[in-house]
Amino acid sequence: MAMNERAVICEGLHKNFGTGESAVKVLRGVDFEVNYGEMTFLVGPSGCGKTTLLSVVAGLLDPTGGELSVLGKPIAKLGSRQAVLFRRENLGFVFQQFNLLPSLTAAENASVPLLAAGWPRKRAVEKAVALLEDLGLGERAQAKPNQLSGGQQQRVAFARALIHEPRLLVCDEPTSALDAETGHHVMELLRKSAVRPDRAVLVVTHDSRIYNFADRIAHMNDGLITRVEEQKYAA
Amino acid sequence: MNFVAWQMLTGDRAKYLGLIFAIAFSTFLMSHQVSIFCGLMNRTRSQIQDVRDASIWVMDAKTQYLDEVKALTDQDLYRVRGVEGVDWAVPLFKGTSRAKGADGKFRGVILMGLDDSTLVGAPRKVLLGDWAELRAPESIAIDLTGYRFFFPNQALELGRTLDLNDHQVKVVAIVDSSAPFVNLPVFYTRYTQAVTFVGRERNQMSFVLVKGRDGLADAEVCRRIVAATGLKAETSHDFGWQTIWYYIQNTGIPINFGITVAIALIVGTVVAGQTFYLFTVENLKQFGALKAIGVTNWRIVGMILMQALIVGAVGFGLGISMTALFFDATKANLDLRGFRLLPEIMWGTGLAVLLIVILASVVSVRRVVVLEPAVVFRG
Repeated sequence: MAMNERAVICEGLHKNFGTGESAVKVLRGVDFEVNYGEMTFLVGPSGCGKTTLLSVVAGLLDPTGGELSVLGKPIAKLGSRQAVLFRRENLGFVFQQFNLLPSLTAAENASVPLLAAGWPRKRAVEKAVALLEDLGLGERAQAKPNQLSGGQQQRVAFARALIHEPRLLVCDEPTSALDAETGHHVMELLRKSAVRPDRAVLVVTHDSRIYNFADRIAHMNDGLITRVEEQKYAA
Repeated sequence: MNFVAWQMLTGDRAKYLGLIFAIAFSTFLMSHQVSIFCGLMNRTRSQIQDVRDASIWVMDAKTQYLDEVKALTDQDLYRVRGVEGVDWAVPLFKGTSRAKGADGKFRGVILMGLDDSTLVGAPRKVLLGDWAELRAPESIAIDLTGYRFFFPNQALELGRTLDLNDHQVKVVAIVDSSAPFVNLPVFYTRYTQAVTFVGRERNQMSFVLVKGRDGLADAEVCRRIVAATGLKAETSHDFGWQTIWYYIQNTGIPINFGITVAIALIVGTVVAGQTFYLFTVENLKQFGALKAIGVTNWRIVGMILMQALIVGAVGFGLGISMTALFFDATKANLDLRGFRLLPEIMWGTGLAVLLIVILASVVSVRRVVVLEPAVVFRG
């Protein structure tokens, strides 16, 4: 996969909530691209439509209008079952509140995408333990989420997002529940473990302290991309 | 994903135990009450079941059930004996009297008068003594319940005396009879003795007990008796069920038990449904995350149903064990004779529990199926 090939292409993307005169226009013709091998940040004030755009790109919401291609597929035109299978195979998710299952261990949580794909539990958990070791959390693999710090929980969430080797990773405010230092470490880890030539990473954030981890920053306001900055990431 | 469903279910101990308790309580209440009801209904025909020698009961044409009879005449007995296909026919007296113990304690008793020469109609199980001793004058056989009432805390012993309607009678046998509907002691004596003990009425014969000839169906013998005598003739099986149906149709017993069972069903469904729904709502973000990650709706529905079935199976196992333990612990209690957990009741309760858990999970399933996975991105 060549660098800078586009993983996500949005052209004139619209998303309304509700219909008629009461419809709320959240995305108002978004033109936006995410490249392979890069970490793209989507930033902007609260309520500008970042999370909605992320949800549409991830296939969790259908756009009202415009064109959307994700990993070469018109994801909005896939049937619901096909969209689910597409997400399962190709997308990894990191959520703001981690959304780990409280009754599963760290390794079991990280193995969930493999279990969903039908892997035997033993194999899935073994792979999760190995990945957690890579992320520096090997010795906490058997801990439950409530026994882990916020940073550790986010690392488990990274493991869950990466274990099935997705081609697009979408992260929603990955550092908002963490203190500055932990957030910095977590972003370093994400950058190191997630960014690969055959993978695109899209991060929604309003945490300006981590902007330096991005290759490109798309600024959003009032349902539109207002400008895109490119920058050279320096480790 | 079954493992994930199991862990999600058991991870919240309080809710898991709450669900189990709701199902176990419903199971216990339903199976226990239905068992008591069936046992009670079975008791209404206990004297019919205790007669093993004869298979046909002949009675007045308008008789509706065992406990309300119009006396037959000696001519009726002779006419029955004359019916083609009847091997033998003997009289049976069934009535009530009052007995008094040596300490003055008295109680109403069921008095059964058996044919003097054959003693047909006597229960099979004799605990102490011999049926042949009934041939002595003023003698009775008494069931264990009666013995325990009139001679409490005393060893089983023959020769003890009672006052039966101003007659001094001697206990010559102690027998194990089925529990009657009203838990009265049952006394057995010869027909002529019973008539002496009780009666002033001109006719005293309650029933004629008949045995059909070998090779002839009881139903055919009944038909012939009815045709020849105008009396009513029923097989033991049919008369037993007729008695049960009389009680079902003419008493409030089935309604009362039915209300209890319905309440158990409703409470079980509501409590289990509410707890299960709360459990689902609290895990909504997790379910949303699973949907986002790529778990299909069908798989999530399967997970919820699996959780419901686990709760149902464990709760049912506990509840039905409680019922079985109850009847096992009380089986020695004479007042609770005849009450037991039948396999049909166990499986029927199992089906009711299945209905409860399916109803309880339907609302949760709907909530999760319509859940927008994008909810996971709303902080």
